This record gives sequence, structure tokens and C-alpha cells, in this order.
Amino acid sequence: MSRAVLCSLRDAIAANVHDGDTIALEGFTHLIPHAAAQEIIRQGRRDLTLVRMTPDMAYDWLIGAGCARKLVFSWGGNPGVGSLQRFRDAVEKGWPHPLEIEEHSHAGMAARYTAGASGLPFGVLRGYVGTDLIEHTKQSISMITCPFTGEELCAVPALNPDLTIIHAQRADRAGNVQICGLIGIQKEAVLAARRSIVTVEEIVDTLLPTPGAVVLPSWVVSAVCHVPGGAHPSFAMGFSDRDNAFYKAWDAISADRNAFTAWIDKHILGTADFAEYRLSVKSD
Amino acid sequence: MIVNAARAMSNDTVCFVGIGLPSTAANLARRLHAPDCVLIYESGCIGSKPTTLPLSIGDGELAETSDAVVSVPEIFAYWLQAGRVNVGFLGGAQIDIFGNINSTVIGPYDKPKTRLPGAGGAPEIAASAGAVYVIMRQSKRAFVPKVDFRSSMGFGDGPGHRERLGLRGGGVQLVVTDLGIMRPDPTTCELVMTALHPGVTREQAIEATGWALTFSADCTETEAPTDYEMATLNALRAA
Repeated sequence: MSRAVLCSLRDAIAANVHDGDTIALEGFTHLIPHAAAQEIIRQGRRDLTLVRMTPDMAYDWLIGAGCARKLVFSWGGNPGVGSLQRFRDAVEKGWPHPLEIEEHSHAGMAARYTAGASGLPFGVLRGYVGTDLIEHTKQSISMITCPFTGEELCAVPALNPDLTIIHAQRADRAGNVQICGLIGIQKEAVLAARRSIVTVEEIVDTLLPTPGAVVLPSWVVSAVCHVPGGAHPSFAMGFSDRDNAFYKAWDAISADRNAFTAWIDKHILGTADFAEYRLSVKSD
Repeated sequence: MIVNAARAMSNDTVCFVGIGLPSTAANLARRLHAPDCVLIYESGCIGSKPTTLPLSIGDGELAETSDAVVSVPEIFAYWLQAGRVNVGFLGGAQIDIFGNINSTVIGPYDKPKTRLPGAGGAPEIAASAGAVYVIMRQSKRAFVPKVDFRSSMGFGDGPGHRERLGLRGGGVQLVVTDLGIMRPDPTTCELVMTALHPGVTREQAIEATGWALTFSADCTETEAPTDYEMATLNALRAA
């Protein structure tokens, strides 16, 4: 049994993200690990298979910056705003290079992570029936017959990423992690993965029991990094609100390849870490 | 359009809400005649009572005003799939004569003209909710004879298709547009216009529909939004 290492985000990404890896940065609107996505771009990782139910701005950055070879997902948009422009450009026009897609529904992705976390080869659901997803995602959607009732059900293979990255409110010094509020799919995504990194708002001496909170013990986490505000423009309940204005502003920046590249060059590649990035975008 | 969509909800509605127009309509209903209806958002919020309209399905406001917050696997498995939702409220980019919805792609899948966000929670909402209500602006581009991609199943290829596939939910029962209201014909499963908003002509509705639109024998006129409904909607948007 190994315990989580407390280290810098730079060191955690360097040790755990390799070219060609399958990685999931999860967060369902809440607690999206944006700081970690930036560090992956800074370190120039390539050919990644990105997994996420709801790829939004963090994956738009990674795709537009040329880090991704493939995307496994169920909804790729800018919530409440519209399209995810870099994702669209990659799928429609192959910029900066073609992006392979493996497309599911939310319920299917949830079943895949749950199977992965449970050590099962596949998940089962009443899903996809009657949709064109069955035909276009042949490699990972298959109909099966229930051995007990004869009912036709849908099977989806387990997701077991090489690495899952999430953001959480806090961890203690031993690396035990506490997640509060919208808990999304984070627990399943971490337990399904071979390695995991958790960025946190704060590191405390003792985790206080909190109703509805999820605790991930230190021994299922690879690394814990103290990155206050590391979910921005997503949010961490109890620490910040969703920066809806930032999501709205992203639409115009991401709509144009040159504007996007200039933004990435200035704010991500031109900064040493997340703290510098925050100052950089604030000055705009 | 939004007022008419809100009117379709009752106090007994347990509604799985999509973001955007469906969320606006559902929250308006909660402020008007259906204060006890239960709003479920796929981010894991059950019984949300937001004081302002959320931009995303996971705004903090939704979580903080919910009766319960559960995980994403749980919301889809225990609540939607198990049949605890009686209305799914959806939008989309395209809808066809059988109420099938496209939110995935315009043009061929492998060579898309426009890549849309994708199906998200909709396929299983459309499969499992007791009834599906759709809210969309009516135009020839959006109301098409056959969707480019079937993200969510309405009545599929026509009568009996849902039953053959073993889908448990009732499918699309109501489509509210900016021109009026459509419902499926009980025999043919084809969407027909059952009401037009005040001042809208049949010609306008036909012109804004990509298939040969028909009108039910009892096609009527919707009641104009009252001052109170409009004031409540405006207050909700301004909050």
C-alpha cells in the first residue's frame, strides 16, 4: 500500500502524465481541475487520449494546444454558452490535427466509470436504444441479454484511465481527500484509474466529518497538490463561485485560431505556474 | 413559448431538466402554479429551488438549494433509469416528424458540417422519462423530415417502434415552439400542430416546418401570456 505524496503540481504532472497516456480530468461543472490542464500544456505532453463526460474549457485548451489524439466523452460544449470552439475545429477541420472521438451518453459514461471502479469488465444500463450512437460507437456499445429475465440491455466496457485528475476542497497532511457539494463522478473516476492526482483548495491538520462529503483515503491517491483556486473558472463550493463571465468571454477567444493561440502563449505557456496565470488573466 | 411550456408542468411533476429554455420554463412553473414540482438536474441535484436562473446544470445555486445532492452515476441509475422521473424537459438542434431529436451533428457524422456538443443525458431521458416535453424555436432548419443524427429516440421510425425496442418511457408528448404547440397523433405518432399562439397563422407554421405540417381537427389558439405570467418571467430573468 502506498500513500499519496504531497508535492507541487509541476512535479505531480511530470511524474504521472506521459505522452500517449489515457487521462481523465473529471468534474461535473463543479471542481474541474483547470490548473492541472494548464500544467499538462506547459509540459508539452502529446498524443493523449482524453476522457471526460463533459469536456469543457479545460479540454478546449488541451485540444487546441495539440495535446490530444483522441477524446472519449458524452457532451462537449461550453455550458450555457454554446459550442466548444477548439473541439469543433478539431473535429470539423482537423486543427491543429485530427481528433479521434469515441462518443457516449452521460449514463453510459457513468456506467463505464462505475464498472472501472468496481473491477468489472463492463457496465450495464438501459441506454442508447434507438439512437445512432450505437452504430457510430460500435467499439464500446454492445447489446446483451439479461440471463435472468431475457431483457435486452446495453453493455459498455469499463473505463480504466492511466491517470485521473480531480480538484477537491481539502486534504489532510497524510493525503486523505475530502470532496463536498456536487460530487459528480470524481470518486468513480479516481477509483477506476491506475494513478490519480488531486489538487486541493487547502491542506488541513484534520478533516472534519461533513454531511454528504466524499472521502478518498490517501492510499487510493497518488499525489496531492495544494493549488488554491485551481478549479477556476469552475468553482469549489465553500471557496468560490462559478465564474460565468469567464465562460462567456471564452467563446470569442476560442472562436479564432490566432486569438486562441495568442491567449495560450500569453497566459499558459508564458506563465510559470497557476498563481502566475491568475495574475496574468486578471491583468487582461 | 416559455410560458406555454411552463403551463404544461403541474405540482406533481418530477422533472429532469435540461439547461437553457427547459430550465427557464421549469423554474417559471415553480413560481406560478407548480410550486411543489421537483426539479432534477443531471449534475446530481434533486429538488432544486434556485432563486436565480443557472447558466450551467451545475451552478452552485442549484446544489445549495436542493433537497439532496447525489453522484452522477446515482442520478442516472437510481433516479432516471429506475423510472422516478415523469417528465424529461429537452431542447435540441433538430427534431423530426416522429419527435426524434438531434443534438450531435449537422451533416454526416464523419464529415460534420456543424459539430454540436453531443447527446449528454438526453438519450436515457428520452428513453426512460414518463413523458418528454421539448421546447425549440420553429424553423425549416430545425424541424426536419428526418434528423441527421438520432441522439434521442422519439417515436423512431413510427408507430410501434418504441415498444419493439422495449423503451419504458412514453416518448415525446409535447413540443412547444415560438409559433404554437405540437403533439404526436395517437395513431400515426407524427407531430401535428394542436395549437397556435395568438396572431400566428397556419401558413406561418407550415412555412417554418420542414415536413408537410398538418393540424389536428381541434387545433386551437393558445391563451396569451397573462400580465402576471410575463411579469414573473421577467423577474426570474432579472434575478
